[in-house]
Amino acid sequence: MTGILPITLEDSTKIVQALLYSGKEYVCVMKLHGDAEEEQIKKVLLEFEDEIYQRPPLRSSVKRQLRTRRIYYVDYFEMNQRNVLFKVGCEGGTYIRKLCYDIGEILGVGAHMQELRRTRAGPFTENGNRKVTLHEVAYWFGEWKEKKEDQTLKKFIQPMENALALLPRIIVRDSAVDALCHGANLTAPGVLSMDSGITNDSIIAIFTLKGEAIALAKALQSTEEIVKLDHGTVATLQRVVMPRGTYPKVWRSSRKE
Amino acid sequence: MPRTTPPWEIKRELQIKNEDTTNPKYGHEPEHRPPQDYIRYGVINLDKPAGPTSHEVAAWTKKILKIACIGHGGTLEA
Repeated sequence: MTGILPITLEDSTKIVQALLYSGKEYVCVMKLHGDAEEEQIKKVLLEFEDEIYQRPPLRSSVKRQLRTRRIYYVDYFEMNQRNVLFKVGCEGGTYIRKLCYDIGEILGVGAHMQELRRTRAGPFTENGNRKVTLHEVAYWFGEWKEKKEDQTLKKFIQPMENALALLPRIIVRDSAVDALCHGANLTAPGVLSMDSGITNDSIIAIFTLKGEAIALAKALQSTEEIVKLDHGTVATLQRVVMPRGTYPKVWRSSRKE
Repeated sequence: MPRTTPPWEIKRELQIKNEDTTNPKYGHEPEHRPPQDYIRYGVINLDKPAGPTSHEVAAWTKKILKIACIGHGGTLEA
């Protein structure tokens, strides 16, 4: 199977969780084991635009318990004899192989996943920003080593912040940064701005004014509430990615909320 | 059930609570990190070839770049 596989380098691996939860999109060829009417196939495909049950297959690295996954959309493209081409947008952790099997069961003829290509993983797409093959990685890295022009790195590597593009953001003051790097939860006075649509329990990404990622966190309040608060914890940290000491320690006269 | 909005179609607006400036002495804008940091906090949007597993592809990237640690954002079957 081919397609988009975001690779996190060194410390960026700390935020890989943001990618695992983010949505994915695939283009799939499903091979039916019997003949079925096109209209019937289209109808069944649409039925799967829903929260579906899945148990991970034998060959998987996760616990094999029944779980649900959301299919955002299924777009039928075309079919040729028993091959059905469609596009599917889904939650991370959805097994397309199992989806094809289940579609086959509902159709009554049986089916399997013939071919799969991932066209999106979170914010990373096929036509997207600096998509590269392994050959290009090797080539550009070699160019950089030889010619030492730092711009060359940008041809195939992008800042880890791009991996967080789909998470709601909170931007904080310089003075709040180092405390966060030490694992302190985010409190209201440190907040400068935030995206709309944050709710209690949302996974968010905390940034500096320069756009650097500080940490992944879980919001305790909604956007509307955070805007009004002048004290109290706003989010609990999940994973810190910025090293301590990047920004200076700032002593506050009062640390009580 | 009809199509639901995937995460990449959610539109968000930035709500400003307070304004402040940032000190240029500390930190770097992500695209302007010095090379070692640029790699250390970098990701690659890789188009995986057919054949190797996602883990193998990540391992090869790690070898090419000669770095200590690597990860990937969701296994794609071989």
